[in-house]
Amino acid sequence: MEQHAIHTEGIVRDYGGVRAVDGINLSVSEGEIYAFLGPNGAGKTTLVRMLTTLLMPTEGRATVAGHDIVSEAREVRLLIGAALQDASLDNKQTGRELIKLQGRLYGLSGKQIDMRIKALEPLMDIGDAIDRLIGGYSGGMKRRLDLATALVHNPKVLFLDEPTTGLDPVGRARVWEEVRSINKDLGVTIFLTTHYLEEADSLAQRVGIINLGKLVAEGTPAELKRTIGTDIIVATIEGDPAIAARALRMVAQVEQVDIYDDVLSIGVTNGVEAMSDVALALSRTGARVKELTLRTPTLDDVFLQATGNRLDADSFSSLSIDGRGSG
Amino acid sequence: MATLADPSTQIQARKAGFVNEVAAVARRALRATKRDPESVVPALIIPVFFFIVNVGALQDLAETLPGLDYKAFQLPVAIIFAVTGISRAPTLVLDIQSGYFDRLSLTPINRLALLFGLMVADFVLVVTLTLPVVALGFIVGVRFESGPVGVIVFVLISGIWGLVYTGFPYAIAFKTGNPAAVNTSFLLFFPFAFLTTAFLPKDAMTGWLSAVATYNPVTYLLEGLRSLLMVGWDVEALLKGLAAVLGVGVVSMTLALLALRGRTLRR
Repeated sequence: MEQHAIHTEGIVRDYGGVRAVDGINLSVSEGEIYAFLGPNGAGKTTLVRMLTTLLMPTEGRATVAGHDIVSEAREVRLLIGAALQDASLDNKQTGRELIKLQGRLYGLSGKQIDMRIKALEPLMDIGDAIDRLIGGYSGGMKRRLDLATALVHNPKVLFLDEPTTGLDPVGRARVWEEVRSINKDLGVTIFLTTHYLEEADSLAQRVGIINLGKLVAEGTPAELKRTIGTDIIVATIEGDPAIAARALRMVAQVEQVDIYDDVLSIGVTNGVEAMSDVALALSRTGARVKELTLRTPTLDDVFLQATGNRLDADSFSSLSIDGRGSG
Repeated sequence: MATLADPSTQIQARKAGFVNEVAAVARRALRATKRDPESVVPALIIPVFFFIVNVGALQDLAETLPGLDYKAFQLPVAIIFAVTGISRAPTLVLDIQSGYFDRLSLTPINRLALLFGLMVADFVLVVTLTLPVVALGFIVGVRFESGPVGVIVFVLISGIWGLVYTGFPYAIAFKTGNPAAVNTSFLLFFPFAFLTTAFLPKDAMTGWLSAVATYNPVTYLLEGLRSLLMVGWDVEALLKGLAAVLGVGVVSMTLALLALRGRTLRR
């Protein structure tokens, strides 16, 4: 039987009367990068806090690295590393002191810790600042130190909760490169949460989409996009979008039309063939077409299909206008 | 990026052992105290201030009581002022709020070590804080009837008192995770420190205050400490003082351990 790095069965977490995580079943294989994608408040962090033993499940069970998260919590802690949201570090310590303390708590000797610090130096990339107080670090330096601290004891499973939130695009790309390297070079299983579509699409071998505490879709990014089964035509118009949408729904190949201000997202069976019919239908309504773009489905389209809502309407809008998709 | 696959990747985590965990947490707390001197400066100034003011204001009056050396009488009060309420609880609250406490909780550390490590650091600190006050006593002419060993016992009992009192702010810190709430633990200090024989012997106090002082454990702590200064080796006074400290300790530590359990139970 395949050994799962993470396995959950009907895991539930209630806060008072609110169900934050609602019966999630998932399995993550050893050596896999699995992304948990969902909007803020969907239950991603609550699930991570349960899997990292910081929180008890209300119902259900889960194993991480082969150990039960409730009855074998200490064994789980020995085998996992985690970088939680907002780089939870101690500003009054130096980077080196922080890593040394972390190493001590994992039973490493002084010599072993020094070896690990040396090995993790390229990942941290903070140079001499390692001996300065963390309070003076930039956000990116803190993130990288946080990641290195989570790796000091060579964990089997690494949890990254929103690892790039607040980073600029360069910083984000750098973290992605590091995550890939940790997975490829060290064989570490990585479970990351994100609300960035591009992050899940670019990094993960499999993606789970969570909404309102439930796992609503799961698969490789390509599999998930194939479930849409359509191409997307994005039209930016001047005119009444409601009238335009009604006209478009009469076109034979059009399966779905969504309106975002002056942007229409038109799901069609065959984009190339439908393009001219869509343009014609729009012009007949009197709308002036400012831009017409054909693209393949994105994970946001998958999210829309699964939940009825866009994950990030703002990012959709800007992506559509520029005519670029993330997938 | 350089590959991470090197010999150090063969290193595996294991449980560090309780003593190592306590030592690691204590070292971090002591380092932080050194970098945060403003958190202990009041504990040096306040006892010296009260000692000078109390002796200056009341010495002549108090020494009309037969055989009373008021400087020796006041020195234990200064010590209690120095060590009561000194703890890393405010820093613990910051750790809870910043998420660093979660990071420590993610390690396989024994949960008790998260508290005991801080308390070991507190004990080192409060013992250190008693030394300048004792030195002040020597400078103004106070002598220990119990001799040099008495000085050590005096410092240790004071340190243990400071330690057991930390249970209250830690209980509040674990329970609330709120810095303002932790600061209110200082309010407990007033009845402990003032509704007792801080200024005058019990016989010279008014009726109601004398009655309250009878039930205040600090009264017995002060009497035990004063006996080392003014009497010599008064075993009964010392045992009563220690019993009072242990009684408070049972209450404060029970509260702290329950609050720690609540914080780390993952409910």
